[in-house]
Amino acid sequence: MAQVDRQQWDVVVVGAGGAGLRAAIEARERGKRTAVICKSLFGKAHTVMAEGGIAASMGNVNEGDSWQVHFRDTMRGGKFLNQWRMAELHAKEAPDRVWELETWGALFDRTPDGRISQRNFGGHEYPRLAHVGDRTGLELIRTLQQKIVQLQQEDFKECGDYEARLKVFQECTVTRVLKDRGTSGGERVSGAFCYERESGRFFVLEAPAVVLATGGIGKSFKTTSNSWEYTGDGHALALLAGAPLLNMEFVQFHPTGMVWPPSVKGILVTESVRGDGGVLRNSEGERFMFDYVPDVFKEKYAESEEEGDRWYEDPDHNRRPPELLPRDEVARAINSEVKAGRGSPHGGVFLDVSTRMPAERIKRRLPSMYHQFKELADVDITAEPMEVGPTCHYVMGGIAVDSDTAAAVGVPGLFAAGEVAGGMHGSNRLGGNSLSDLLVFGRRAGLHAAEYADGLAGALPAVSQAEIDAAATEALAPFHAADGAENPYTLHQELQTTMNDLVGIIRREGEMAEALEKLAGLRVRAARAGVEGHRQFNPGWHLALDLRNMLLVSECVARAALERTESRGGHTREDCPSMERAWRPVNLLCRPVEPAPEDPAADRIVLVRTRTEPVRPDLLALFEKEELAKYLAEEELYE
Amino acid sequence: MSTYDASFRIWRGDAEGGSLRDFTVEVHDGEVVLDIVHRLQATQASDLAVRWNCKAGKCGSCSAEINGRPRLMCMTRMSTFERSETITVTPLRAFPVVRDLVTDVSFNYEKAREVPAFVPPQGVAPGAYRMQQVDVDRSQEFRKCIECFLCQDTCHVVRDHEENKTAFAGPRFLMRVAELDMHPLDAAQEAGLDRKRTAQEEHGLGYCNITKCCTEVCPEGIKITDNALIPLKERAVDRTYDPLVWLGNKIRRRADL
Repeated sequence: MAQVDRQQWDVVVVGAGGAGLRAAIEARERGKRTAVICKSLFGKAHTVMAEGGIAASMGNVNEGDSWQVHFRDTMRGGKFLNQWRMAELHAKEAPDRVWELETWGALFDRTPDGRISQRNFGGHEYPRLAHVGDRTGLELIRTLQQKIVQLQQEDFKECGDYEARLKVFQECTVTRVLKDRGTSGGERVSGAFCYERESGRFFVLEAPAVVLATGGIGKSFKTTSNSWEYTGDGHALALLAGAPLLNMEFVQFHPTGMVWPPSVKGILVTESVRGDGGVLRNSEGERFMFDYVPDVFKEKYAESEEEGDRWYEDPDHNRRPPELLPRDEVARAINSEVKAGRGSPHGGVFLDVSTRMPAERIKRRLPSMYHQFKELADVDITAEPMEVGPTCHYVMGGIAVDSDTAAAVGVPGLFAAGEVAGGMHGSNRLGGNSLSDLLVFGRRAGLHAAEYADGLAGALPAVSQAEIDAAATEALAPFHAADGAENPYTLHQELQTTMNDLVGIIRREGEMAEALEKLAGLRVRAARAGVEGHRQFNPGWHLALDLRNMLLVSECVARAALERTESRGGHTREDCPSMERAWRPVNLLCRPVEPAPEDPAADRIVLVRTRTEPVRPDLLALFEKEELAKYLAEEELYE
Repeated sequence: MSTYDASFRIWRGDAEGGSLRDFTVEVHDGEVVLDIVHRLQATQASDLAVRWNCKAGKCGSCSAEINGRPRLMCMTRMSTFERSETITVTPLRAFPVVRDLVTDVSFNYEKAREVPAFVPPQGVAPGAYRMQQVDVDRSQEFRKCIECFLCQDTCHVVRDHEENKTAFAGPRFLMRVAELDMHPLDAAQEAGLDRKRTAQEEHGLGYCNITKCCTEVCPEGIKITDNALIPLKERAVDRTYDPLVWLGNKIRRRADL
């Protein structure tokens, strides 16, 4: 029997990025004792990597903006697969969430009249992104971090303990969401099983409400802009707790990642470069994006370089340049140019801002990019073009949630917000909509988790010793591997290559089937993964545990991608190249095979098709009929 | 693409003690020190403890001392060393070792809690904040800080003087005080909080003798000493010794009666 420390909290938030911290602030402000599990040090979450800005229709730069326009852009960007109620709430609440940050000390760049400045971005009709140079994510995380410290200071004043009502468990990881499976209240969440990196010790946080805010899955791919933590933990925890994942085939490849030198391949080059005037050229010097404007966007983008260039100064009488198409379109275009032999020396295309802006302006608007290229690639972006290519950046798919409450489908007490939650972005996310998503739904998840905990007063779910023992045994397995144990680093590299090559930006039926076979093989080997040393801060062990999550999530992506026989947003099939209106109302749910099979080679996931909820008529009325006809299925149009 | 074998010496051990271990490891074009540490983990020492996250100089996790100099491993390119040079990587010296290259940086989080937070102005609604770019530039410079704690590690006030840690917040958090003090809308003063005085009396500003070591190691290029610490010292001094301020305080006190 595993002897572990047990603590009682009202709400446990797993993840300390933008969504997790915002959820924790809300739950604590609603009077709940809240614990935050933070996989890294406090303030290091992947949110710091967000560069461009936070999308919110404040209308500070162009008064024509409104939540309706933002909603429309979001739905178009997601090719109408978005959970429309989420897109609506997001567009309506984003401005309040940004303004609130200012009252917590955030310092955004300003307009000449002293308001929050807003910049242009792909797919957004108006300048909409509140920003701080190209380090907006850092500002967001630091502001939330400092707000948490402020709340802790209040608690210290009141009861002499900074952590009385809000505690951040730094460098801790959750390996299981625990459930009360008793018959009285039905199955529901009862807490989380965690380990501490520093000591390797296990502990259990008992809580009736758990918010998953763990971010994405990019570390399953070889070329990625994602950081160490992005191993799909929350996606896997939800599945293992019985909650389904939604539309996991949609993975965003950001069009512009660094391509050289090899060790930095995949590191993000912010879309702000294009928002501020940067252009894409191939090896023949051509601005090729003009050749890649798809039919659904034809009327909204410039037809000539001259018109596109005029748009920066006079957006009311010109159309935007096609460099600012949604990310999926730009990523595919770059991929095609490289394939056609018109790529740059290191297999990308050229992104040039040096001929478009004076050097001083570049350094002021894009300081991190200037620094990043100078330090890591010996490229001076004020004097020469960058070489860029697609990199795995974001997963649109995620835990299926209720739009209003962020509650996970089918598991009472479980909530999800941010990248780990599905639905909001449909098949493709617009730049800038991630930071606003974190704030809007982070707050909602914290709020509804607190309300849920309130509603249980007295009747708390129980954590069973058997479940703790099983979680401890599972987590210790890599130390008991027999001779011939597999190296977790090797397995991870093979997984990344498999997903990158076979379920990457352009997909084919045969390759995805092959990927599923390879994943089964990797699961068998991962069951034998072994590590050296002891439990104290042992990265090999941590990776061995993360592998379970990456393999599970990768199976979801591959299985759903094989099933969806069309191309839409972040899912491109060479064998089914067009967007099919018949697929528009179809959600693919990944459900866990239950009970979990003993044989590691056996499938872990079953797919279930469900129909999307019909879009509310007043929201549909925001679009022209002709435009809707391009997206909606035949039968939906009649409705 | 050219490849060569480099000699590395990496400190391994824990709170009980440890030593430098020698490794020979392959290096490829364009790599940084963190790539090499990762290669060691994958091929020679799977349990080598190291912190890292973004590998792009944005999160400030992979701080260590490379040939004795505090640096981010992800932003230190191998091409800056001679191929024949032995590269020594050790944990940050000012903080207690947890394991290998990982140190206990909780000192910094404790100090962060001791700096009173931003005080929002009374009567200004969310959305009604108005500030000019020129007025936020300075505080924005300080908010570029990625909290890598290299400045905290290198500052001689605490680097070899554990006894000063209680009284001294370190450059990062004195800069935080300066940032709030220069925030155009911070209402600390109105709330009865004198940030300049607390910098001096509670956060140990007086210990700093402006040797600029913190500025030298800052990977974000923030001019910590010139733009944050020296102006804060000047303002704190003005407050204490300026005869007009002194007189003003006297008069106001009388008016209060």
